[in-house]
Amino acid sequence: MNKLKALAVLLLISTMAYAGGYRVSTQSNRQLAMGHTGVAVVNNADILFFNPAGIVHLENKLNFSAGGFGVFSDVSYQNAEFGTTAETDSPVGTPFYAYGSYKINEKLAVGLGIYTPFGSTVSWEPNWAGSHLVNEIELSAIFIQPTVAYQLFDSVSIGAGPIIAIGGVSFNRNAGRSLTNENGERSNVAIEDTGVLGYGWTAGLMFTPNDRFTLGFNYRSLINIDSTDGTASFTNFPVSSLTPANGETGFEATLPLPAELTVGVSYKWDKLLLAFDYNRAMWSEYESLDLVFDNGTTSINPRNYKDASTWRLGAQYEANDKLTIRAGWYFDESPVQSGYFAPETPRNDSQGYTFGLSYQVNSKLAIDASFLYLRFKEVNESYDFFTDPGASTASSFGGTYKSQALIPGIGVTYSM
Amino acid sequence: MKKLNLKYIGLFIAAAAIVSCETEFENPIDEVDVYTSGEADFSNYVAIGNSLTSGYADGALYLDAQTKSFPAIMAGQMELAGGGEFIQPLVNDNAGGLLAAGVPIPGFGNRFVLASDGMGSPAGPAVYTGATPTTDITNTVTGKLNNYGVPGAKSFHLGAPGYGNIAGLLLGQANPYYVRFASSGTSTVIGDAVAANPSFFTLWIGNNDILSFATSGGSGVDQLGNLDPTTYGSNDITDPNVFAGAVNGYVTALTSNGAKGALINIPNVTSIPFFTTVPSNAIPLDAATAGQVMSNPAIQQYNGGLQAAAGAGAITADEAALRTINFTAGQNFMLMVDEDLTDLSGFGLPNLRQTNDTDLITFTSASVIGTRADPNDPLSVIGVAVPLGDENVLTSTEQTAISDAQNAYNTTLENIAAANDLVYVDAKAALAEVAAGGVSFNGGVLSSTYASGGAFSLDAVHPTPRGYAFTANVIIDAINEKYGSTIPKVEIGNYRSVQTSDLVN
Repeated sequence: MNKLKALAVLLLISTMAYAGGYRVSTQSNRQLAMGHTGVAVVNNADILFFNPAGIVHLENKLNFSAGGFGVFSDVSYQNAEFGTTAETDSPVGTPFYAYGSYKINEKLAVGLGIYTPFGSTVSWEPNWAGSHLVNEIELSAIFIQPTVAYQLFDSVSIGAGPIIAIGGVSFNRNAGRSLTNENGERSNVAIEDTGVLGYGWTAGLMFTPNDRFTLGFNYRSLINIDSTDGTASFTNFPVSSLTPANGETGFEATLPLPAELTVGVSYKWDKLLLAFDYNRAMWSEYESLDLVFDNGTTSINPRNYKDASTWRLGAQYEANDKLTIRAGWYFDESPVQSGYFAPETPRNDSQGYTFGLSYQVNSKLAIDASFLYLRFKEVNESYDFFTDPGASTASSFGGTYKSQALIPGIGVTYSM
Repeated sequence: MKKLNLKYIGLFIAAAAIVSCETEFENPIDEVDVYTSGEADFSNYVAIGNSLTSGYADGALYLDAQTKSFPAIMAGQMELAGGGEFIQPLVNDNAGGLLAAGVPIPGFGNRFVLASDGMGSPAGPAVYTGATPTTDITNTVTGKLNNYGVPGAKSFHLGAPGYGNIAGLLLGQANPYYVRFASSGTSTVIGDAVAANPSFFTLWIGNNDILSFATSGGSGVDQLGNLDPTTYGSNDITDPNVFAGAVNGYVTALTSNGAKGALINIPNVTSIPFFTTVPSNAIPLDAATAGQVMSNPAIQQYNGGLQAAAGAGAITADEAALRTINFTAGQNFMLMVDEDLTDLSGFGLPNLRQTNDTDLITFTSASVIGTRADPNDPLSVIGVAVPLGDENVLTSTEQTAISDAQNAYNTTLENIAAANDLVYVDAKAALAEVAAGGVSFNGGVLSSTYASGGAFSLDAVHPTPRGYAFTANVIIDAINEKYGSTIPKVEIGNYRSVQTSDLVN
C-alpha cells in the first residue's frame, strides 16, 4: 500500500497557479495542491474564495487560514532570423491570502477574505529586442471580500459578498524601436500608480444532496482598475517639439480584472476525494490598453483578449490522521490571441501540475504546503500592433517564447 | 508512523526538485554551430574604406552613428558565426566636430540634426549645438583596430604614406580622421589594415573618386588619362586605371594570408538625396512676375543674340533653343551658367541657359535659390536674374563623365573579386531600389527621400544608422551566398533614421 501511494504521487508529477493573462491562481495552498479546484470542496476557510456559499459547511465555529507563495517564473525569447535572444530576470512574486469565517448558527456564517488573485511581474533585460513593448511590468491587486453564507435548504447553501480591490501598477518601456535622445540613449516612458480602488462582488451556491457528492457554482464580477492619479515619467527624449518633453506628467488608463464563472463537483470515497472545476474567465473585456497622458500624447495598445477556459482536476487522500496528501492537474487556455502576443504577459496555453500536503500538528493547527509547476509549450508568436512614433505602418515583434513557473507555497489552517 | 510521514515529505521535496529544471528551447540559437561561417573565417573582421565604412553621418563622425556603422552591425551578427571582437577608433562625443590641439578644425564642425519649428512640425537640418566638440585628433588611438574607414578617402589615398601625418594637414596631404589612428607619420591606411591581420575584410572604396566631383557640381576635372593622382585636385574624377591599380594592390595585400572578403561597388550618385531633393524647376512665378522678368531688356537682347548667332552658323538651332530664356507662370527652370556651351563671347553673349530635366541640382543650392544676390536689389533673385553657378548644377555632360568612371570602377571591382574568390556586393543595385520608390521593411518603407525617407542622413549623402543597417544586410546576404555562411541579418526598424533636436543654437 505504501508503494502504491508513493507511485501515485510520482505518477501525478511525471504526467505532468497561474491562469492566463495576469490572473494568478494561488488562493489556497490546499486547493492549489489539487489543481486549484475548490468550488465544491469544503476543506477549510479557503472556501471563502472558491465559493462563498461553502463557509456555512465548515464544521468548526471559528476557522482561519493564511498562506503565501513564491512565484519563480522565467521566460526565454529567441528570434532565429536575427539571432536575438533574451531572458527575463523577474523578481519573485509573492501572492498571499488570509481567510476567516465564523459560524453564527447552523444556518448562517460570516467571513472575511484578503487575497491577491491578479498580478504579474516581468523584467526583461533593459533595451532588449522587445523593449518597445515592455522592459518591466509589475501589476498587483489586493482583494478584500466580506462574506455571508446561508443554508437555504438542507441541500442548498448560498453565499455572497462585495469585493474591494486595491490595485497598483508600474510599467516601463521604450518609446519606440529606435527613438533616442541626441546621445543615442533610448527614449523611455514609465508609469506608476498605487492604491487604485475598484469594486465588485462575488456570489456562490453549493448543492450537497448527500455526504459524498457536492456541486458548486461561483461567479466573480468584473472589476475595472481605473488609474487616474498616477505618474508617467518621460526620459531620454530628444529636446524637440516633434517628441514629448522629458519629465513627469499624469496619465489615465483602465485595466480590467475580468469576471470569472466557475462550476465544479467533488466526490468523496472514505479517505479519497476527487474534484473537478471548470472556469470561464471573461477576458474579452480586455480589448486595448490605452494610456492617455496629460502631456497630450497617447499610447494605444490593442490586446483583443478572448474569453478563456480552465479545466482543473484534483485529488486528496487522507494518508493517516496527521497527513493528507494532494495532487492535481489543470489545463489553462490562454486569453491571448495570435498576433497579440505581447511580452508583458507572455502566456500561451499551459498545463499546471500540482501536489502538496497538510500536516495536522494538533487538533487545531495544520500546516499546508503546495507546489505548482506550470509548463508552457514553446510557441512562435508575435505582437503585430505596435507603431513607432512618427511611423504610419505597424511593425511586428515576434519570435519563439518558452515560459515556465515554479510556485511553492506554505500556509496554516487553524480551527476552533 | 512519524517515519512514514517524513518519507512522504522527502518524496514531495525530491519531486519538486526534479521538475525544477526546464527552460531550454527545442532548438536554442545561442549554442555553437547554429550560425556558421561557411568557407569564411570571421574571427578577425577588418573593414577598410571611406566615410561609409567609418559610420559617418549627418556631415560628421559622431559616436552614436559610429557605433552603428555597417561594419559594426555586421560584426555584431558575425559574432554568432565565430566572429570576434570588433574595435573601432571611436570619437569622443555626439557633437561630431574635430579639434587639433584644442582648436576647432575648419570644415569639420558638428553634425546636423533635424530641427523643428517649435510647434510640432519639422523645420529642416541645422547644426547641433547641444554639445561642444571634444574629439582632438592629437589624442591618437593606438593598438589594433578593426575599422579602418577614413572619411573623405579616395581610392589612392588608402595607399598614400603620410596620409595620417598631422604635419601634412595644412598642406592638404593628410586627413584628420586618419591622423587620429595612423600607426605612424608615414604609415598607410592599407598597411595598418593588413598589419591587423584580417581573417575577413570588406573593402568599399572609390565613392569619393567621383562623389566630390559630383557634389561640387562638376567643378573639378575629369582626370581620365592622367595616371598621376598627386596632380589631382580634390574635386576631380580619378582615372579608372589609377583606381584599378590601387584596388588591385590593396586586395593583393589583404588576401596574402588567405583572407576572404567582400568588395562593395559604387552606387549611382542619383541614388542619394543630394541630387534628388532640389528640382531643376525650383522657381515658382505668377503670370505678372514672369511677364516682368521677361520684359527685362537684357533677356530680350540675349534671346535675340542667340538667333543671330544661329543665323551666322556659330551655334546650331538646337543650341539656340536650349539657351533661349523663357520664364512663364508656374514652376520655372532656373537661369544657370554652363561652361560646356559654345563660347559666344564674340557675339557679346554669356554662357547662359535655363536648367532642364536632365540637370541635377545640388542639395546645398537650396539655400541660395530664390534669394537675392544683392539683398537690396529685388531684381537680383538667384536662378531668375542672377544665374546659378557651375557648383550648383550637375549637367548631363558632367553626369556622363561620372557614370563612365563609375562603370569602369565597378567592372574593375567585379573582376578583382572574381579573380580572388571574393564577394562582389552590388550596393549600386540595392541603393537604386531604395531610391526608386523604396524598400519595405517590418514597420515602414526605407526610401531616399530627404529627411523623411529614413535611409539618408541630413547631409543628404551618407546613410542614417537605418540606412547602414540596410547596407549591412545587403552585404551579409552576399557573403552568405558566396561562402555558404549563415550570418543572420538585422531588423532594420531597430535602427534610427534622422535625429530630431532643437538644440541648434
